Amino acid sequence: MKEEFVPDVSLPEVKDKVLIDNPKSLELVKRLKKATNARLGVGRAGDRFKTETLLKFRADHAIAQDAVWTEIDESLVDEMGFYKVQTMVNNKEEYVRRPDLGRIFSEESTEAIKRDCIHQPDVQIIVADGLSGFAINANLKDMYAIMMDGFREKKYKVGTPIFVRYSRVATMDRISEALGAKVTIQLIGERPGLATGESMSVYMAYESSPKKPESQRTVVSNIYSNGIPPIEAGAQVVHLTEILMREKKSGVELKI
Amino acid sequence: MRLKTTLFGHTYAFKDVKEVLAKANEEKSGDILAGVAAESTVERIAAKTVLADMTLEDLRNNPVVPYEDDDITRVDQDSVDEEVFGRIKAMTVGEFREFLLSASEKEIAAIRPALTSEIVAAVAKLMSNMDLVYAAKKMHVEATCNTTIGKPGTLSSRLQPNHATDDVAGIMASVMEGISYGVGDAVIGLNPAVDAIDSVADILKEFKEFMYKWDIPTQNCVLAHVTTQMKVLERNLAPMDLMFQSLAGSEVASRAFGINVALMDEAYAIMKERKSSVGPNFMYFETGQGSELSADGNHGADQLVMEARCYAFAKRYNPFLVNTVVGFIGPEYLYDGRQMIRAGLEDHFMGKLTGIPMGCDVCYTNHMRADQNDLENLAMMLTMADCNYIMGIPAGDDVMLMYQTTSYHDAAALRRLSGKHTIAPFEKRMKELGIFDEQGNLSTIAGDPSVFISREQEIHLRSAV
Repeated sequence: MKEEFVPDVSLPEVKDKVLIDNPKSLELVKRLKKATNARLGVGRAGDRFKTETLLKFRADHAIAQDAVWTEIDESLVDEMGFYKVQTMVNNKEEYVRRPDLGRIFSEESTEAIKRDCIHQPDVQIIVADGLSGFAINANLKDMYAIMMDGFREKKYKVGTPIFVRYSRVATMDRISEALGAKVTIQLIGERPGLATGESMSVYMAYESSPKKPESQRTVVSNIYSNGIPPIEAGAQVVHLTEILMREKKSGVELKI
Repeated sequence: MRLKTTLFGHTYAFKDVKEVLAKANEEKSGDILAGVAAESTVERIAAKTVLADMTLEDLRNNPVVPYEDDDITRVDQDSVDEEVFGRIKAMTVGEFREFLLSASEKEIAAIRPALTSEIVAAVAKLMSNMDLVYAAKKMHVEATCNTTIGKPGTLSSRLQPNHATDDVAGIMASVMEGISYGVGDAVIGLNPAVDAIDSVADILKEFKEFMYKWDIPTQNCVLAHVTTQMKVLERNLAPMDLMFQSLAGSEVASRAFGINVALMDEAYAIMKERKSSVGPNFMYFETGQGSELSADGNHGADQLVMEARCYAFAKRYNPFLVNTVVGFIGPEYLYDGRQMIRAGLEDHFMGKLTGIPMGCDVCYTNHMRADQNDLENLAMMLTMADCNYIMGIPAGDDVMLMYQTTSYHDAAALRRLSGKHTIAPFEKRMKELGIFDEQGNLSTIAGDPSVFISREQEIHLRSAV
């Protein structure tokens, strides 16, 4: 006898359905939905969600929560030859509760970075797991290739690519300071949204330093297949790097 | 001032007001992270007991960041009405709690000019959750931009049509659906993905055009950094009804946000001159417990008192909207649904007591131990507390900021549950458009964005078939 399945609410196409009863123009609602990945056209039961909308929402939240707690698969950064370091954090639980430890390295780690990595680079690339290792593995390869092409073309001196485990954004200041980098670029997994843990951000700063405020950083966010595609983001970062190198500043000081 | 007490045979001695304030706080992961939280539940109650015995003058004289070191302390202290303060300074915090619970709305409004952030935070620490709702419900703060928010019997909402890449068509799709739920009487306000002058101007214009075309009485805003919005105004690029900025509670933390009091004064002045709105209130601020520690600017104080200081900062600019983004910052500051709910009630109460038109972004992130049920609980409680406004977003899912906030549906359901209304001219227009029925509830056609189909679109779609 054939097994019967209840339809899978986690499938992305479930979000594409129009659930409004008797819309004035179904065609227009479909078009509006195509223009955004916001959950439009869901209709209502009284003033509340329809059951399908509610169940899909709960499923999407469930997978996002699980994504936060999954350790990053490091085979990609290994394959790409990244130099690996870890912050003062020892595990995921501590990572979530202690952002202070996720911003710093032990003295030994700092010394190791100084010993093993290229000093005084024009461009220092850092990859950080942040709150989603999924994001790194989904976007890094495409974005990295474009960035490296751009930097080669500009004849920038590129530093040793570094991967930081259990990392917050501020590790970029410590690494930049240790190596005397001009432009530091950090790719980091964002806190996951519903249904996806694949969104990545890039933080950039000129002479990134723990002594400067957070507003020193220029940010490109929402890098993933349905946001800014990684290839496009890579090109954007190359362009921004040129500006930072030319202007010798970054963040709010830089009005673009 | 007495800094010692005994409880159950143990002595609890505190070194200063700042320590008492911190340890009297309800449990928050951010205070533990800061190393300022009470070490046991009994110590927490001991601190509350000592705090209840302090006078309002003790608190005024001991700001958590010294006057000489911090522009926000100076703003707060300098704004105190000394004559009113003279009348209440001998009151203890415990007596002040009882005053707020038993006084009339008018009596509370009369003593507001005498309060500093430390006083506001202190009394919040002595209040239970229901106390916070009970007292807040007596404090209505109205403000007028194009329309007037905060009147008793209203619950407004911000339409938050965020989009991953600021695509204008995608943003407007969310605006159309939001208005079709009667959401957006507080503001149509976008968090931009890219903080750039031209795209901010384009989106402001698009909102304004929609408001004109469909005659929607509300406000437009794009929540870029204040310096970007100043550039838009300087170059006369777009109509701007509301100017936005995120605030922090100390000068050091504000630096991380790229602002200070002088810059905000400048922003306020240019907005006053060039705004497209009509009323005296044209600023919009967001805040949230924990951002000061996150920016190394908490000065060893707890996150509740630092949050209260944001409201003193906000008050200087007679804002139209102020809301805490309560669950956005993450589990290292508010660990779970319980802490998020507590913080939301505290922030709303403190904002109203300070005298600002307070709303709340009732929200949580995916790395917090919280879910939709916690969010709905807080939203219902705040509606009962007469919170000015909440957010409204498609099915509660912000696809740009990657967190969950209240949905278009939640705004409509909360109005129906509480018998509240949107701002009157907005409600009138929703009735004319057929979106609301005679009672102001959603009609059968509500929730359909294609009611905003234009003549041209209709023709275009028909010819495409």
